[in-house]
Amino acid sequence: MIARALGVTRRFGSTVAVDQLDLDVAAGELVGLLGPNGAGKSTLISLLVGLRKPDSGRVELFGGDPRDARFRRELGMTPQETGLPTTLRVGEVVSFVSRHFPDPLPAGELLERFGLSGLEKRQTGGLSGGQKRRLAVALAFVGRPKLVVLDEPTTGLDVEGRRALWEGVRHFHAEGGTVLLTSHYLDEIENLASRVVVVGKGRVIADGPVDHVRGLVAVSRVSLTCPVPPPLDGVVHSEREGDRWELHTPDADALVRHLVRADVPFTALQVRPASLEEAFLTLTGETS
Amino acid sequence: MTLVAAHYRFLVLEQIRIPIALLSSALFPALSLLFFVVPFDYSNDPAAATTSVAQLIVFAVMTSFLFTFGVGVADDREKSWDPYLRTLPAPAWPRIAGRVLMGATFALLSVIPVTIVGALFTSATASPLQLLLGLVALVVAGLPFLFGGLAIGYSMPVKVALPVTNLVFFPIAFGGGLLIPPGLFPGWLQGVSTLLPSRGARDLVVWAVVGTPPSVLAVIAMGVWAVATAAVAVWAYKRDQGRRFH
Repeated sequence: MIARALGVTRRFGSTVAVDQLDLDVAAGELVGLLGPNGAGKSTLISLLVGLRKPDSGRVELFGGDPRDARFRRELGMTPQETGLPTTLRVGEVVSFVSRHFPDPLPAGELLERFGLSGLEKRQTGGLSGGQKRRLAVALAFVGRPKLVVLDEPTTGLDVEGRRALWEGVRHFHAEGGTVLLTSHYLDEIENLASRVVVVGKGRVIADGPVDHVRGLVAVSRVSLTCPVPPPLDGVVHSEREGDRWELHTPDADALVRHLVRADVPFTALQVRPASLEEAFLTLTGETS
Repeated sequence: MTLVAAHYRFLVLEQIRIPIALLSSALFPALSLLFFVVPFDYSNDPAAATTSVAQLIVFAVMTSFLFTFGVGVADDREKSWDPYLRTLPAPAWPRIAGRVLMGATFALLSVIPVTIVGALFTSATASPLQLLLGLVALVVAGLPFLFGGLAIGYSMPVKVALPVTNLVFFPIAFGGGLLIPPGLFPGWLQGVSTLLPSRGARDLVVWAVVGTPPSVLAVIAMGVWAVATAAVAVWAYKRDQGRRFH
């Protein structure tokens, strides 16, 4: 097992950030960690990489305590790009981080992989937001890690930058690397992760393949334009904006059949599956 | 050791890229010497001139230590780079060792201009042996400021550390006789002066370079300051680690 949490609890004062949580990340997995702010994602990550100590329970990284530097040799993590030392040059930062690892990637190769070639001499403070973000992510790969932990890796990146970064993550994963990823962007998790872990109130609420997690709530969104209120059998949630109705239901087929049979004068019917965001809002018991 | 070197190099580069900080701590003692000692008679008296230079050297080291460790550490603690470093496969001590070496390097650099001005424009003089003794004395004399700086840096946010350091360093420098020889102080200030860490530090370095015997009480007081500030620094470091990383 690459990383594991066993009955881990972590409190801050009277708030329980992580509550008796169990999680296993096996070699070669690409796990997306999903949850609203304050769900305990960041605390869980800080426990797994050895930044914090659990109040109870056990955390293992490569079979040992992550607070012991020896067990962090095959871990790669990103700094927040706002934390990059602004006066240092890109090459200097990479070389500094490289010194911590026995067999680091050559700087040229690393920078090329993340589209930063030619910027070695640039001070990090003079990089664009996207370049900073890419440098921060690149630093996670310096030591040829087996596990990479990416906390919000593409926040603040443009579409192109995100695609390039996703490509890098997929490449690493295809070569057998293990990835633990958190994101505010749900399509990012949908695009990258093979397994989704939904965290809410410090616990794992759902854990499985992306489709499985979406299937757990199986809500469809049916929208239609209709001058009179449509029948609401089997609808769990409805919204109205003028003549436009949006109906949430576990069984869209049944609802549509019902609408047709009742001869409701609807137009512009649309049916689409719930996004992961909607799924996760239902799972964590919050309303959008 | 390569990690200590890596951290040292990193911190030195970071410091060098903002040269104004280095310049101000290096130029102030040299300018003080130029304006307040060189034009006056006692700059022609070798013992008095050498004493003045030695005092300002202690001043330079003290300023440098209080700012690089006090404000520097407080600043680092607030950056998100610091938690990132802790995820790298290395313990915390190479970082601290690198920082102490960096502080020592810049303290040494800040001593050079005042030494040159003293050698060129006053009758200050010291044999190679006295210089060597002075350097050893300076290392010891720097300890209360090294630990005092770390105590401030680890216990306060940078917004507090900066004014506190500014507030603390001038009275201590003046009261310890780093700017005006303590012989000129009125009786009550003499008493206070002896108890300040800067006075013992000054006496020690002046003793090494000029041979003036130090006030024993001042040296003991300095030792007490060094131990006390070290204790506070260790306490503050542990508390900080406990708050942020436990």
